Amino acid sequence: MSKERLNIPDYNTLFTEERYVQQRENKKQFEAPCSDQEKAEALAYSKSAEYMEKNFERKAVVINPHKACQPLGSVMAALGFEKTLPFVHGSQGCNSYFRSHLSRHFKEPTPAVSSSMTEDAAVFGGMSNMIDGLQNAVALYKPEMVAVCTTCMAEVIGDDLTAFIGNARQKGAIAEDFPVTYANTPSFIGSHITGYDAMIKNILNQLFDRSGLTAAPGTGEEGEKLNVLLGFEPYTGNFAEIRKILNAFDTKYTILGDHSGNYDSPATGEYEYYYGGTKLADVPKAANALGSLVLQKYTLKKTQEYISGTWKQQVSSLSTPLGVKATDKLLAAISELTGLPVPASLTEERGRVVDAYADSHPYLHGKRVALAGDPDLLLGLIGFCLEVGMEPVHILCSNGDVEFDGKKWKEEVEALLATSPYGSEATVYVGKDLWHLRSLLLNDPVDLAIGSSHVKFAAKDAGVPLVRVGFPIFDRHHMHRNPIIGYQGALNLLTLIVNIVLDQLDNNESGFGDLVR
Amino acid sequence: MGLDIEANKKLVEDILEAYPDKAKKDRKKHFQINTEETKESCSCSLKSNIKSRPGVMTPRGCSYAGSKGVVWGPIKDMVHISHGPVGCGQYSWGTRRNYANGTLGIDNFTAMQITSDFQETDIVFGGDKKLEIICREIKEMFPLAKGISVQSECPVGLIGDDIEAVSKKMAKELEMPVVPVRCEGFRGVSQSLGHHIANDAIRDFVMGKADLAETGPYDVNIIGDYNIGGDAWASRILLEEMGLRVIAQWSGDGTLNELEIAHKAKMNLIHCHRSMNYMVTHMEQAYGIPWMEYNFFGPSKTYESLRAIAAKFDATIQENCEKVIAKYKPQMDAIIGKYRPRLEGKKVMLLIGGLRSRHTIGAYEDLGMEIVATGYEFAHKDDYERTFPEMKEGSIIMDDPTAYELEELAQKLNIDLMGSGVKEKYVYHKMGIPFRQMHSWDYSGPYHGFDGFKIFAKDMDMTVNNPVWNLIDKKEKVQTEGASV
Repeated sequence: MSKERLNIPDYNTLFTEERYVQQRENKKQFEAPCSDQEKAEALAYSKSAEYMEKNFERKAVVINPHKACQPLGSVMAALGFEKTLPFVHGSQGCNSYFRSHLSRHFKEPTPAVSSSMTEDAAVFGGMSNMIDGLQNAVALYKPEMVAVCTTCMAEVIGDDLTAFIGNARQKGAIAEDFPVTYANTPSFIGSHITGYDAMIKNILNQLFDRSGLTAAPGTGEEGEKLNVLLGFEPYTGNFAEIRKILNAFDTKYTILGDHSGNYDSPATGEYEYYYGGTKLADVPKAANALGSLVLQKYTLKKTQEYISGTWKQQVSSLSTPLGVKATDKLLAAISELTGLPVPASLTEERGRVVDAYADSHPYLHGKRVALAGDPDLLLGLIGFCLEVGMEPVHILCSNGDVEFDGKKWKEEVEALLATSPYGSEATVYVGKDLWHLRSLLLNDPVDLAIGSSHVKFAAKDAGVPLVRVGFPIFDRHHMHRNPIIGYQGALNLLTLIVNIVLDQLDNNESGFGDLVR
Repeated sequence: MGLDIEANKKLVEDILEAYPDKAKKDRKKHFQINTEETKESCSCSLKSNIKSRPGVMTPRGCSYAGSKGVVWGPIKDMVHISHGPVGCGQYSWGTRRNYANGTLGIDNFTAMQITSDFQETDIVFGGDKKLEIICREIKEMFPLAKGISVQSECPVGLIGDDIEAVSKKMAKELEMPVVPVRCEGFRGVSQSLGHHIANDAIRDFVMGKADLAETGPYDVNIIGDYNIGGDAWASRILLEEMGLRVIAQWSGDGTLNELEIAHKAKMNLIHCHRSMNYMVTHMEQAYGIPWMEYNFFGPSKTYESLRAIAAKFDATIQENCEKVIAKYKPQMDAIIGKYRPRLEGKKVMLLIGGLRSRHTIGAYEDLGMEIVATGYEFAHKDDYERTFPEMKEGSIIMDDPTAYELEELAQKLNIDLMGSGVKEKYVYHKMGIPFRQMHSWDYSGPYHGFDGFKIFAKDMDMTVNNPVWNLIDKKEKVQTEGASV
């Protein structure tokens, strides 16, 4: 058997073979394609300033948005609690999409069920689906809590979750004392981060109310603990990093909403549906904690209001702490909340990261960067760019929620940019999509784009390398396992970015062959 | 050699014990064990195409997924609006890997997410006005787009928007087809109704609208191939080598013009019968075009299908067919020679969409693998009738099985390979069971045709025999008594 006969080309190679090239050409006679000239003109036009102007004038169509919808965030939030089964009330396709989408990012299973509403539910409401659904879900998947969120369908027909869940208890579908938390999360409001917030806030609120406890911050056994909330967190590694930091402080803490267990579970020969998560009993007790540390303040808007309002706690709000300065702030916030000094081990770690920054600065200084992502992530990324001497140029946030556009977020971004001469080139685009970004990249070129896998098309059209950071990352493996927050995260981000720059240098090198950089 | 019928009956019954009574009674109707009788008569009592139980992890999706994700989405030179809130379009963006030649955003719009991104005001006041503006903006942004389809999401149907009227108006104004597709996710019980709705829209709005300058005796259409990882290309190359002229490819790498001229073909060749049978039966009635189902998975089925196709044509085609088979057979024999010894006797379970759960059986069998259980997400009675004869006696055939049922079966049947989708994939990795995603070919492919089988065989060997599985201490829940397999 010769090697040649068993040559098995992959799809990239196979379709470049002459016979497939011919097939492609031959097929055109039936396609009624546009002429090559028309195509060349359209391509050139799509890259022009004139096109960009029209692109930014469009009012209605959204092309390649950088956001998902509310219930997806709710499913992630629910998976942050011990033995909690997410239950999506509405059409079943939504739930399939959430499960697929999250699994594609984490390369992990996403257990979640749906009430599978169809036409008859559209007419009569989804109550019987809810009752049967809760009974089946509890019998089959043995959760200790079910967290219900709604889809568009349930919201448009106006299903009443409180009444439905109450009726399910009355009919004996679930036990009286079985916790079912719920949130209204229509996809036509906000985005995945709004849905995350709604579900976290409601889980805290509803479990606390059920417990009959009274909020008394700083009292009892919880009184020395810190609550920590990471938000819609696509990096399981960030949970490990925040634990490391808090442990270094030697402070006690409760992470409220920790899905890292579910999205980083071991292969042991058995699958168990539920891994890790915040213990349900710890949730009401968190009302007595010393204070709360929030790492995605724009994402967790309602949750913070609840914690400071009802639990009457001191809340320290940050955006995703990316880079050295943001980590300094994080440590200062922990110090302030706990009264503990910053541990020497972390100060030492900081020094090592700054040393690494210094080593890499020649390759990062003055690099023009485009950024796309969620509000808190973007604030973190901008801070990181500014402190290593990279220049953010296009900053794009599709999450056009009024909260962010209503100036607060944009103002904060602009204030941050104003703190550094490296921020002077930047423009912030709220509510814009990745087709806008394409025009920006083509008309005002940059050296690097930073964003999710969805940014790859715009980046490719513009010939710009993409540094994958954020959600979703579908086309690279295990990036979510490495933290990007804290000093270690800063080092990881630095490594990722500088090595893409160095790859670029090597790819473009003209034959001199530098070995050492 | 068959499998143990009684043992497998009992196995299924035991697994269903976990359900509350109402759900148990329902789920029982969705399982059947293949017997000599069902194999021959193809008769089944198995229930399909009915609602999933609420609260279970069904693998199913929705009508929108069937229409936009499967049928319309791959038509490359039209813009498909995900009409409604942002999610549906976002989650279906590029995930089916429908390859298409062309320049993205210029004359190819497949791997894009174009949406009306409904906000609360659109729900309150309706999205029709916005839809008009969107159509105009699409024309402006994508001047080479040949048409538009409006894929409606749940809220659009619930609030009563008249997308038909808007589409009609905009088609006239923009002088190109604007096709309303009523594929709201709550319609029907799975993706399947979405396929039907999408087919009807093709029939009503584009079919027969263009002419083919020159027709010939060998003109055929490829129907129901979505070009996942290039499948349709690996199929088309064989048909063309055989001397047939493929005038339209539906809908992977397809164009509006191909939809419009397809009625000129002499024969419809259908791969995914489930999603496009509506089309071929309509074309048979309206245009007298005969159709036949074919199966290009694995060399045995491909030889069989090529010969069956050739038999519908003249001696020239039949001779060419033999030449094509003779040309590829040594390559296929070499592949089998290499991989069969590594895969012989391995037990496989499948849970896929609407045709692969039976169509791929031959390809596994060519590699010496044995299908012990198979099932569909959204098949109908006719799919099951086609499935029984393909399966061994005693094998388990199941409809819309839940994640729980599949996991129990996988462990108790002690399978060596599971083939299903991304929602299932990582569960099996935890369990230490080799897994291939059979919706998207696990980011590999093509799997159709002879070129595809090479990759299929390599992928199955890679998966089943990777040493990683030896690192997992499998706690097998294998049946102790009367082991079924």
